Amino acid sequence: MTELTCIVCPIGCRLKVDEKNNYAVTGNACKRGEVYGKNEMQNPTRVLTTTVAIDFGMHSRCPVRTDGAIPKGKLFEAMDILKKVRIKSPVKCGEVILKDILHTGIDVIATRDM
Amino acid sequence: MYELAVIGGGPAGLAAALEAYNNGLRKIVIIERDREPGGILNQCIHNGFGLHRFKEELSGPEYAQRYIEMLDGTAVEVRLDTMVLEITPDKKIFTATPGGYEMIEAQSVVLAMGCRERTRGALSIPGARPSGVFTAGAAQRYLNMEGLMAGSRAVILGSGDIGLIMARRMTLEGAKVLACIELMPYSGGLNRNIVQCLHDYDIPLYLSHTVTEIRGKSRLEGITVAKVDENRVPISGTEIDFECDTLLLSVGLIPENELTRAAGIKIDGRTNGSEVFENMETSANGVFACGNAVHVHDLVDFVSDESARAGAAAAGYVKGERHCGDISVFENGYGVSYTVPQKLHGDTKSEKINLFFRVNKVYGKSKIIVSSGDTEIATFRRQFMIPGEMQHIVLPTEKLKGFGRITVSTEGEEK
Repeated sequence: MTELTCIVCPIGCRLKVDEKNNYAVTGNACKRGEVYGKNEMQNPTRVLTTTVAIDFGMHSRCPVRTDGAIPKGKLFEAMDILKKVRIKSPVKCGEVILKDILHTGIDVIATRDM
Repeated sequence: MYELAVIGGGPAGLAAALEAYNNGLRKIVIIERDREPGGILNQCIHNGFGLHRFKEELSGPEYAQRYIEMLDGTAVEVRLDTMVLEITPDKKIFTATPGGYEMIEAQSVVLAMGCRERTRGALSIPGARPSGVFTAGAAQRYLNMEGLMAGSRAVILGSGDIGLIMARRMTLEGAKVLACIELMPYSGGLNRNIVQCLHDYDIPLYLSHTVTEIRGKSRLEGITVAKVDENRVPISGTEIDFECDTLLLSVGLIPENELTRAAGIKIDGRTNGSEVFENMETSANGVFACGNAVHVHDLVDFVSDESARAGAAAAGYVKGERHCGDISVFENGYGVSYTVPQKLHGDTKSEKINLFFRVNKVYGKSKIIVSSGDTEIATFRRQFMIPGEMQHIVLPTEKLKGFGRITVSTEGEEK
């Protein structure tokens, strides 16, 4: 049995995950907590949020995020790739900045108009 | 003459203006000192916003953009680069604009100025005065909007959410974050942030510790950290030295209310925000307040809800709604550090009262008790309560009628 704090939402439920019973999750207030508990023990993932350089924008960086969670172990590799990305204004919120980062099947999208 | 002037174009101001518009007002102006609306959300590029409001997990800029888009196509005017200098009790608003000094008149006002960070000056940490000591929010703005890193070896003082988020952010950007230091025996941030910002990156959290010395000539070279006793006094012999070029302070937020004070509006010493009624009206008729200018929130979703209530109430005021009659007062009971609202109009038409408060202890299984004298009005059960997480209860107005003083207290397993 492993105790975890759920990070899906700011409530932060205290989960108990039973490795010996097919990763059964208890202590969760919603379905998403169960999914988080199971994944966290087997293949932990995170949404990566960062910025990329932007030319001709209102600011010098444009915020971006992965449009879904990627394996936790790939966060730094993904950062290395995104540090080299340079885009041009205008960009729309939700626009794909980089497709299928690190073959995860997950795109990186802009999170504001700029 | 505007029907409503909203001071501040952050999440609170945007939600208040939108709701006032949806309640029929057509002459609304938002006054924002920055060059774009969105406020603090623009630098909060991490996700976790909007789960309540939009049932989606958005980043800060995305959350702001949802509101900006909802306001597009309405007649709400947004004046940017405009700083409010003074608000008078008769709702004249004096502003500094790129074009010069300008006076705006409105029938109602919503105060949505947000909050600002506590700085080193408020902490009186002994030692030198080198560069490299930043508030966490300032470092966040430099990094996320301007692409400038505060430093390469950092210690975070205070475990508030912004500090935790910056610990992760700087780590991802290649800095070494050595530790997060918290004076209290518990964290001031959300639990999820302890997990995903500190645990994920093996950053140690030192509870009941504080910074006792800052060293460095021109740039920060190192700090000393010591354990504190139950009176928060550093214990000699427990010192740890850290070599670092950056110290981020995440040691609390203060509602920004210079305008409020100067206008003679009552301030609650517990929150440092204006005292408000259940409809977010301040002690000045027709002046409403919402968001972090009233009390510091953990979640923007709750700011939006609260601000929508302020906007709706401002619209009601413009249409002639006035309150009179008895007033009830909410008071701190055991374990409670403040309540918002502080007051209740006896003649309110709301069927339910949303009451927000913070506890000042860490609780396991516990109970929230709303009472007046010996009469118990309502109780709510909780599995867990900590000072870092704002509590929210909904009270049926009917049950509160006739009580002059209403106490909110907590009891249960203290940790």
